[in-house]
Amino acid sequence: MSQPSAALDRVAVAPRARPRRRALRPSRIAAFAFLCVAALLFCVPLYVVVVTSFKSMDEIRLGRTFDLPHVWTLDAWTSAWGQACSGLSCGGVSVGFVNSMWILIPSLVLSIAFAMVTGYAASLWRVKWANGFLFALFICSFVPFQIIMYPLIRATAVLSVYGTTFGVALIHVVLSMPILTLIFRNYFMSIPQELIAAAMIDSGSFWRIFFEIVLPMSGNILIVALILMVTGVWNDFLVGLTFGAQGAQPMTVILNNIALTTTGGNNYATDMAAALMTAAPPLIIYLLLGKFFVQGVTAGAIKG
Amino acid sequence: MPAVQFRNIVKHYGNLAVIENLDLDIGDGEFVVLLGPSGCGKTTLLNLLAGLIEVDGGAISIDGRDVTDLDPKDRGLAMVFQSYALYPTKTVRGNLAFGLSARNISRDESERRIDWAARLLRIDHLLDRKPAQLSGGQRQRVAIGRALVKQVGVCLYDEPLSNLDAKLRTEMRMEIKKLHDQLRNTVVYVTHDQVEAMTMATRIAVMDKGVIQQFSSPAEIYDEPENLFVADFVGSPSMNMLDCEIGDANGSITAVDSVDKLVFDLDGYSWRRPVEPGRQVKVGFRAEHFQAGGDASSAGKHVRFERPVEYFEKHGPDAIAFLSLPQKAIAVRVDSRIADSYRSGQPLLTALPLEKINVFDASSGRRL
Repeated sequence: MSQPSAALDRVAVAPRARPRRRALRPSRIAAFAFLCVAALLFCVPLYVVVVTSFKSMDEIRLGRTFDLPHVWTLDAWTSAWGQACSGLSCGGVSVGFVNSMWILIPSLVLSIAFAMVTGYAASLWRVKWANGFLFALFICSFVPFQIIMYPLIRATAVLSVYGTTFGVALIHVVLSMPILTLIFRNYFMSIPQELIAAAMIDSGSFWRIFFEIVLPMSGNILIVALILMVTGVWNDFLVGLTFGAQGAQPMTVILNNIALTTTGGNNYATDMAAALMTAAPPLIIYLLLGKFFVQGVTAGAIKG
Repeated sequence: MPAVQFRNIVKHYGNLAVIENLDLDIGDGEFVVLLGPSGCGKTTLLNLLAGLIEVDGGAISIDGRDVTDLDPKDRGLAMVFQSYALYPTKTVRGNLAFGLSARNISRDESERRIDWAARLLRIDHLLDRKPAQLSGGQRQRVAIGRALVKQVGVCLYDEPLSNLDAKLRTEMRMEIKKLHDQLRNTVVYVTHDQVEAMTMATRIAVMDKGVIQQFSSPAEIYDEPENLFVADFVGSPSMNMLDCEIGDANGSITAVDSVDKLVFDLDGYSWRRPVEPGRQVKVGFRAEHFQAGGDASSAGKHVRFERPVEYFEKHGPDAIAFLSLPQKAIAVRVDSRIADSYRSGQPLLTALPLEKINVFDASSGRRL
C-alpha cells in the first residue's frame, strides 16, 4: 500500500478507535431501574404460569408459588391436552385446537383474498366511487362488534352457518375486511404508477396483472396481514363464544370452560398448561415470521 | 407503419385546462419529439395517446383507426418509461415475455422475438437476471427491448434518458436513433432536453402551456423559430434579443436599436408578414453566428459590435463572450484563443452577418 492511502486509512479509522466514555449518571441508573421493574412486571406472572404447569397438585397446595418444581411432571400438560373437562365433555383443549384451526384457516384464506383484491382494485384501477367505498370501510372499522352482533347472528342463522366453525370464520372475515383492505390498499398505493401503466399497456388484464405483477411484489405485506389475522382470530373469545355453538367452540372458549369447570377444587397446573398451549400458536407464528413482519411494516419504496 | 393524428384534443384537470383544441399530425415512420419545459403538457399528450388518461374532447387515430375509446393494450403501441418500470419480480426474459403472452403469441414466436431484441440491444447475456441486478443503462435497454418485442408500429418514449448519467445518455441517444433508422417505426418521444430533440428528431413539436408553438424540422426550429418562445427555449445560450423599432432609411427597411441606435439593415430579410415603420420589434440572433477578432473584417453584409466583454464562459473548444451593450449583454461564441488573449476592459470587435437575423413582433411574439 502506498504512503498517502495508508495515511488516509489511519485518518478514517481513528475516530472509531477512540472509546466513547459512558458516564454512569443518576438519570441513566433511574432509566435502568425503571426498565428492570417493567421487565419483571411482565415476566413474573409468565414465570409463575410456566413453573406451576410443571408441578403436581400436591406441590401447588404447599403454596410456594415462586419455587421451581420439586419434581418436574408433564401430567398437567397431557391432561390439559386430552382429558380436562369443559362442562360435560372431557376432551381437553385438543378439541378446541382442532376447532380453532377450522376457524383460522378459512378465515385467513378468505379475508386475505378478499381484502387483497379489493385493495388492488381500489388503488390501482380507476374504479368509480372507490374513494367513497374506502371511506365507508374506514368508518365501518370503528363500529364496535357488540353493536352489530345481533344482526350478524340473524344473518348467519339465515345462511344456516350459525354454530359452525365456518360460521365463526365467516364472521372473522367480515370483521377484518375494513382494516385489511386499508392495509393492502395503502401498500399498493406505494407501487410506482409507471409500473402499473407499463402493465396496462402490456396486458391490461385485471387478473393477469394481479397474479403476475402485483402478487409477487406483496410478500411482506402478506406476512403482515397473516400475522395480524392469526393473532386476532386465534386469540378471539367473544366471536367464538357468540357464534360457535357446542362443538364449534374455539380453543379460547374451551380454555375458559376448563378453568371454570371444577370438580372438587381448581386444578391449577392443568389450567396453566391449557392456557400456555392456547397462547402458543400466534407466538410461534410471530417468532417464525417476525423478521418479515418488521420489514413489511416499514416497507414503502419499491424500486421499479 | 402507422401515422398518428390528434384532432381537437381537450384535456382538463378540474378547472385547469391543460390542453385546449390541439391538433397534431405525425407521419408514418417519423421520429417526433415533443419538446417543452415541465408542465407544458407534453407528457399529458403522450399519456393521452397511450390511453393511460382519457381525453375530455377530440379524437386520436393511429393508422387511420380511431383509438380514442380503446384500452391502452388495444391501441397497438409500446411505451418506454422514465423510471424504466421493469417488473421487479420477473427476470429480464420474463419482462420481455409478459406483453407477448398477454397477446396470445405462440411460444416459438415469442422466443424468437426475445432473442432478436436481446441481440439487437446487447442484453442477451442478461436474460436470466432480475432488474435489481442490472445497471441503469442495462435497465434502460431492457425497457426498450420490452417495447421492441411487441413489434407494434408506434413506440412512445417518456423522457427515457433523464435518469442516466451524461455519458450513457449520449450513447443511448445514438442507439435509439440507430434503432429507429433500422426499424423505421413511428416514434413519439417526450423530453425537455433540447440536445436530445435536435439530434434525434425528424420533426420537433415545441410545446408551451398546452399549445404547440412550432412543429417542424430541427434545423427550421433552430434557424427560423416561429415565435419568441421557441427562439428563447431552443439553443444554448438562448437567442440574443434586442428591442428595436422599424425604421425607413431612403426606401430600405431597417430596425433601429431603441437604446444605442444601432442600425440593422433588413433589405435582404425575407418577411413573412408586412411591416410598417414605427412597429416595435425584437431582433434576434444566435451567439455562434458572430465572427470575432481577425475574421470580423472579412464578413459580408454585417453589423459590427465593438464592445468590452463583461464575462467569458469557457467551454473548452470555444467560449461564450458576453458583450456589454447599453440595452443588455449579448452572448457571442468566440474561439477559445480569443478568450485566453483578451485583456480586461478592451473592446472586442465582432461582426454579425445580416442574413442570420430573425425579427419578431414585440407584442404578439410572432416571427415577422
